[in-house]
This record gives sequence, C-alpha cells and structure tokens, in this order.
Amino acid sequence: MAKKKTFPIGGIHPDKHKITSDKPIVDAGLPEIVYIPVKQHIGSPAKIIVQKGDKVKAGTLLADADGIVSADVFSSVSGEVIKVEEVEGEFGYLESMITIKVEGDEFASSIDLSPDLIKDIPYEPQEIIEKIRSAGIVGMGGAGYPTPIKTSVPEGKKIDTLILNGIECEPWLTADDRLMIEKAEEIIVGAKIINKVLGIQNAIIAVDENKPEAIEILSKLTKTYVGVNVQVCKTKYPQGGEKQLIKAITGREVPSGRLPMDAGCIVQNVGTVFAIYEAVQKNKPLFERIVTVSGDECQNPQNFRVRVGTPASFLIEKCGGITENTNQVIFGGPMMGTSAVNINAPITKLTSGILLLSEELSRKLEETDCIRCGKCVDACPVGLRPFLIAQYTRNNMIDELKGINVLDCIECGSCAYICPAHIPLLDYCKIGKMEVKKTKK
Amino acid sequence: MDIIVSNVLVLVGIAFAAAIILYLVSQKFNVEENPKIGEVESFLPGANCGACGKAGCHNFAESCVKASEEEFKNMYCPVGGAEVMKKVSNALGYAAVEKEPAVAVLKCNGTCENAPAKIHFDGISICRLADKISVGQTGCPDGCLRLGDCVKVCKFGALSINPETGLPTVDEEKCTSCSACVNICPRHLFEIRPKGKNGQRVYVACSNKQKGAIARKNCKVACIGCMKCTKICPSIKVENNLSYIPPEVSAAEFGEELVKNCPTGAIIMTKNSQSQNEDNNG
Repeated sequence: MAKKKTFPIGGIHPDKHKITSDKPIVDAGLPEIVYIPVKQHIGSPAKIIVQKGDKVKAGTLLADADGIVSADVFSSVSGEVIKVEEVEGEFGYLESMITIKVEGDEFASSIDLSPDLIKDIPYEPQEIIEKIRSAGIVGMGGAGYPTPIKTSVPEGKKIDTLILNGIECEPWLTADDRLMIEKAEEIIVGAKIINKVLGIQNAIIAVDENKPEAIEILSKLTKTYVGVNVQVCKTKYPQGGEKQLIKAITGREVPSGRLPMDAGCIVQNVGTVFAIYEAVQKNKPLFERIVTVSGDECQNPQNFRVRVGTPASFLIEKCGGITENTNQVIFGGPMMGTSAVNINAPITKLTSGILLLSEELSRKLEETDCIRCGKCVDACPVGLRPFLIAQYTRNNMIDELKGINVLDCIECGSCAYICPAHIPLLDYCKIGKMEVKKTKK
Repeated sequence: MDIIVSNVLVLVGIAFAAAIILYLVSQKFNVEENPKIGEVESFLPGANCGACGKAGCHNFAESCVKASEEEFKNMYCPVGGAEVMKKVSNALGYAAVEKEPAVAVLKCNGTCENAPAKIHFDGISICRLADKISVGQTGCPDGCLRLGDCVKVCKFGALSINPETGLPTVDEEKCTSCSACVNICPRHLFEIRPKGKNGQRVYVACSNKQKGAIARKNCKVACIGCMKCTKICPSIKVENNLSYIPPEVSAAEFGEELVKNCPTGAIIMTKNSQSQNEDNNG
C-alpha cells in the first residue's frame, strides 16, 4: 500500500468519538409531517411550484431551481401539501418551507427501486450533467454548492484528477464511513460517472486511516476498476477541507481566492457521489441522506437513512430522546456545526449529523488574555495568524485584516480548539471576514 | 577636563549643523496650508468620529474651508451642534447652518419583562455574530440581542446596558447623534430622530416585521400592524406589519392619543424634560 499522506502545515487531533462506526445504517422511518426548506444550498432559493392541497409522491418536484447557482427541491415523502409558508428553522428564524403531511409511502414512477447495481454508463457527458441537475444534487459535505456547476469544467481549464472525499475528519460523525462500507461499489461506479463527464481516467478515493473497514472493502473492489484508486490518509483535522485534501493527495496548492479547478482537481464528497450514482443510474432525485445521531448524551447512537425534511426531534426520539443533562444540540459536526435553537428544524441535504452534548463537552470556557504562545499559528491549516486576526477584529482594523488574508480562513476552528487561553478565535475570524466582505461591496 | 570641553564643543557643533540642515529641508518641502483650516479645526470637538461623513475633524475642516457658500450648507457637525457650526461659519464668513438637535432612539422595547429569554446563549458577546447564528434569547428575529455592540462602539459613553431591562439606554445629554450605533447594529434598531420640543418624542419602539400573532408570542409590546395609529394621524405608514411614525409627527399634538390607542403598547412617548425633572425630585 502506498504511503499515507496528509497536508503539511497546521491541523489538530481532536478526540475521535467515532462510536457509531460499527452501527449499520438503518431506515429512520417516516415522520407524520415533514418540512422541506426551499433553500438547502448556496445560491438563490428555489421557486415553489406546488400549492396547498396538492398531492405529492416521493420524488415529485416541489420547487424549481432559480438561476444557475441554485438547485431543485424534491418531495421526500408521499402525502398532501398542507402549508406553503414560513416555518421556524434551525436558528429560530423563519424560513420558507413546504410542509407535507405524510400519507402512505409511494414513490414517483420514474424511480428505479430495485437494489441491483448497474455498472454500465450508456449516457453522454451532457446527458449525465442534465440528470445531475434535474436530481437537485448539491455538495453534501456541508457547503451545499450545486454539483452541476462543479462538474462542468469551463473551457481552458484542464482537470486531471477527481478526488472522492471520504475523510470525514469531524469527530463523532460516521455517516460517510458507513456509506463507504455499505455502498462501496455504488460509490466507485459514481466516480466512473464523473470521470466520464470530465473525460479523465483518474479517480482517487481519499479515506482516513481511522476507517479500516472502509479501506479494506474499497481497496478490494477498486482492483477490478481501472483508474479508481484508494489513498489512505493520516488522520488529522481538517483534512476533509477541499484545499487541504488537494494538498495532501496531489501536493498542489490551490491559490488564494481561487477554486480547486485551478489546481486541476475536482473534489466530491462520497455522499454526493452516491447521490450522483442514484440520480444517473436509478433516476432517483436527492431526497434521502445518511445522518449520524450521536453524542455523549445520546442513549442509543445510530446511523440513519433519513428523508430530507424529517424533523430532527423525530430522530432524537428514535435514539432515546433528550436527557436531562443535554446542554446543547448540534446540527453537523462539533467543530464546524451550529448549535440548534429549534430542534424541530428539518434535516436538509446538508445535515450530516445530530449531536447531543453534555455540559462537560459543550460549556463555554472562561476567556483569559493571549499569552502569545503561537499554538493557533501552528494549528492553522491555511497558515494564518489567528491571534492577530482577533486583535485586529477587536480594534476594527479592516485594512490590516485584508493585509493578513483573513478571507482565506476556512473556519475550521482549529485555532479556537487549541487556544490555551480559550479565546474564541474562530468567532473573531468570522467577524473579521464579515467586516472585510462588507467593505468590498 | 579637556575631554569634557571637547565633548561639549563637538556636540554643540553637531546640533548646530543639524539645525541648519533641518531649516533648509523645511524651507524646501514647506507645504502652504490655509491658516483657516487650523482655525476651524480648533472649534471642532476633535473626536474624529466620522459622523459628518468625512474622514475626521481635520478633513471636515479642510472641506469646510474649500467649500463654496452653496456647498457649505450641506456641512454639519452633529457632534458639535449649532454652537460649533456658528463659530465655524463666523470664521468663514458664511451664514450659519442650523439643524435641529437629534438623538438616537432604540426601536425595540423587548425588555426582560416584555420579552422573556427563551434560549440560553453562551457564545461570544458580539451582536453581529450572534445575529448570524441564532434568533437571539427572546425569539424575536428583529429584536435587540442585548449583547451591546452599540455600547462598545459609542465614543461618547452615551450608551449603557440597563441590567433591569437588558436593553441599551441612550443618555440624551451625552448622545451626539453621530450614527455609530445605527451603523453597527446588525438589526438596525437605532434611528436618529430630532430631540423634539422639550425633549418630547413619539415613536414606535418595535422593529418586528412578523405577522401580529407570531410577533406577540415572543414579545408583549410588539407592533402588530393593526393600523389604528394611521387613523389618528394619516402621515403614519404601516409596512410589513410594522408601523413607522415619521419624525415630523408632532408629539405634543398626537403623542398622548397615539400611546393611549396602541393596543400593544408599542408606541412610546418620552416625557418632556421639565416633567421628568419633577418626577425625579418627587
């Protein structure tokens, strides 16, 4: 096996807590009501095309992509649309959602429900992109950038490597891990599909060394597929970051403020690749995803296959409910996820986990003065100076912030994690970015 | 002894030579500046707050001196007020610019009592960030977050968080209407309004744009957009379920009636300064 790779500067080693990595994916079942947000991606919200009282099936188009940077939204259940208005979302703000009352479980007739693996890819590249677009697929790693844009390479740019991101560097989460174990071959066929679109023969599945089962299964299978290889990476956070992963795998640096395409790479999350496989080979739009429900206050941690729009509280109930000691409910991973204000908020295409954390793991530590130890500088995977960003942000020094490239921050939170003075460096970086962006407008 | 004398002589010599060089350089690179700029600047408060729209007090003084009489009418230092502007215009020989004194008002009355906290927020105490990651402790998406960005940005110490209400209070005496709080608040809760006759102002202390029923769930004194106030005074406008009383509406004429008729108590009238003093004494 080839040498294990990792990115050269920065990074931290938080406790892994991957307690659900041996729990098979189970179907979460159907809730009584689902709330489907029309904006589950970066860009403009989709335009709603259904009305109150409409009957829908799983796979029915609910909202149409509005513009290029947008994505279609599909119904995940069969039933009746009972409300098309604003509902309280994850942060407590009202968001535009389609509320559907679940009746039975019918799928749209175009979807191929058979479990068979289809290896042949008879479609032309343009057809494939069209299929991806009409399945409403977005990057499921968390950013939610519409996939059709990411896969269509503009003229003049040359792509030679497709990287499948199976790193999952966030603690607790195991959704991608389980998907790689249970749907390994589908993911490889998905990689072949994207390769066909890009016209290349080189796909690398990057997996962290802390996922031995996935590595074993994938390496066995990739032997029969030409051009698809597994690359084991040394565990380090935030290896799942796009630019960090490219640096680790290919040794190339993505220039500041540019896209991975400029380094000749395209990175896709394994969840996205699986969704692409289902969309192209099975005609199934993106309305399901894998969600890890875990945390030290979760009584029965599990990996679920969840319909988009399922309220998080439904999943939490399935795992034993909220205990008295639960201090925080987090949507996503503990490093980059957000603390939820409303646990009835729905699972979206981007929610990879729900974490119930006790006070011990989630309390705010008292902030003391910076002692200039430089640990944050060592930990920053982009090579920034977080302590300086915090200082400039506090004093509102916008030009200086621009000078130290605050916009390159990927908000991974390594600096705040490592800081012995418990300074909320990540928060300062976020504000610094906000202020700099404001002056650009 | 000789050493001391020679040292002193050498140092005096160096000092003399340096002085000559400095004199010559200053003659060569001398920049002529209108002496009036310095004069005008001496009248200004010197806070460099940027409320006038210029980069600082020196920049304002420069612009005033350069401005024609017509342009000068648009120059105003809200911090110094009429007094300072009078001095400036006297120095320049223009007619004095007059503007009514103004003060910042908070368009939210979601006090701890009116809008009890529902969520425990223990993130960083910066409103601009808290606004991005949660709706806030009260559950009102347009209400005050109570974390005090405005207090930190105020250069004149006019703002402070009242521990009882949880909201920032404006010290009318210290507020110079420089707009720093207006610009920093992520929810745009401050408005600069004229102080009004005898300090009497009437305004809607709410910024919630939700429908009445939803707004009231989170806050007792939310504006529900019932339009009652528009019947009392036709110049009041209701948009997005939120009423706005233009500053021209006379507090003396309509104030009491508006406050009495507002079903939720979202409309607030400040007492005039005389009666306020009496209250304090009594």
